[in-house]
Amino acid sequence: MTTKDDPRLQPPPEQIIYANILTFGVGACLAMMVTFYCLYVFGAIEPHVSFELLTSNWGKGVHEYLQITNTPDGWGWLYLLRKGDFLNYVGFGLLALLTNLCFVVLLIGYIKRRDWVYAAISLTEIIVLTLAASGIFGTGGH
Amino acid sequence: MEKLKLKFFCFAVTVMTALMNVSPVFAENAPDIAASTKPWWVWPLILLFFCFILGIVAVMAGVGGGVLYVPLVSGFFPFHIDFVRGVGLMVALAGALAAGPGLLRRNLANLRLALPVALIASTFAIIGALLGLYLSKLDPNIIQTCLGFTITGIACLLLFSKNSEKPVVTKQDAISLALGFGGAYWDDGAKEIVEWKTHRSVIGMLLFIVIGLMAGMFGLGAGWANVPVLNLLMGSPMKIAVGTSKFLLSITDTSAAWIYLNKGCVIPLIAVPSIVGLMLGSLVGVRLLAIAKPKMIRMMVIGVLFFAGLKAIDKGLGLGIIG
Repeated sequence: MTTKDDPRLQPPPEQIIYANILTFGVGACLAMMVTFYCLYVFGAIEPHVSFELLTSNWGKGVHEYLQITNTPDGWGWLYLLRKGDFLNYVGFGLLALLTNLCFVVLLIGYIKRRDWVYAAISLTEIIVLTLAASGIFGTGGH
Repeated sequence: MEKLKLKFFCFAVTVMTALMNVSPVFAENAPDIAASTKPWWVWPLILLFFCFILGIVAVMAGVGGGVLYVPLVSGFFPFHIDFVRGVGLMVALAGALAAGPGLLRRNLANLRLALPVALIASTFAIIGALLGLYLSKLDPNIIQTCLGFTITGIACLLLFSKNSEKPVVTKQDAISLALGFGGAYWDDGAKEIVEWKTHRSVIGMLLFIVIGLMAGMFGLGAGWANVPVLNLLMGSPMKIAVGTSKFLLSITDTSAAWIYLNKGCVIPLIAVPSIVGLMLGSLVGVRLLAIAKPKMIRMMVIGVLFFAGLKAIDKGLGLGIIG
């Protein structure tokens, strides 16, 4: 068989699930980002850092900026979700979490097929991404 | 209609060049201008428009958004390089995640090839991001200068590297064989199934350490480096290299993006118009691709990268020769 229907060309089921999660996830995250951004810039929800303070300090390094604007680092934004600017972090956070979710699907698929090497690689990747997301490496800068 | 599209593209390029060279908005001491004369809402609008044009140009030149975004926005906008790198990664991540489903469904992104190298690159992207933020804290000019040299190097790479459509791999190495680096894809042009495999896996994997470090440190995405390593060094066909590279970015950039997010380097007022502008621009770019002359556009982008790279070096070293 040398056509597009050749079984060699068909992606494995977990690859399709991965693609489906991305399709839905990216669409939802983008819609969320645009909605929250509109609520923020049109003043429907008051921001934590005023626009004037923001524009006069975005030329400074991140450490100085966080101090001046009294902005938390790490997952501290979760406490400020009532504020228009920090509400936008929901979209960013979910976008960055998509890959973790997709790797869980891959891990299950590889375990089912007893492909232990790729199951181990997927599990290690989940650990690496979770550590990156946890804030262990990325906080404490100010 | 085609003439209209071509005119639109020429207009877009002209406007972008004009914005970069003429407008005081993009002057060297723009932070002061931002603070004193421009109302805050002007910036998201300019950024949205600028990134829309950037998205068109990036697609037509065959480069990722991040590699153009970071040097141009850090060179011509008033934002500190910490924020530009953070948003640059979010831009590259959003683009890679959006492209992922199509590539996975058509089997153009190969999971078996992507996963091991992604693990290496994403781990070292975390180290790169931390190193970049540390250096930036010491002196932002160090990062600016390193970024300048990197961008100039990328421009040279794009200018001189010759991709190979279907490299010949006579013998797979042991690691390629053990990990099952290989597969088949449908070539629409030749109307045939193309089987492929890779070689030189160890050197390739070692290079992904460097790629991860640079992606994290500069927030550039890393398609410019992934593709030559996967195609020229490891011997995967061009289509597989491009598809796998784009998919790979979604993993590498995720780990680095978390570091920048946790450090507070992603400012929503800058990030959302950048992401949306680049994505909309990419959609228009894909449609314009059919009528444009990719070679000419690619040369133009290489020229812009050279300029942006040299400007970053100039700014980092405080020479004041350019702009």
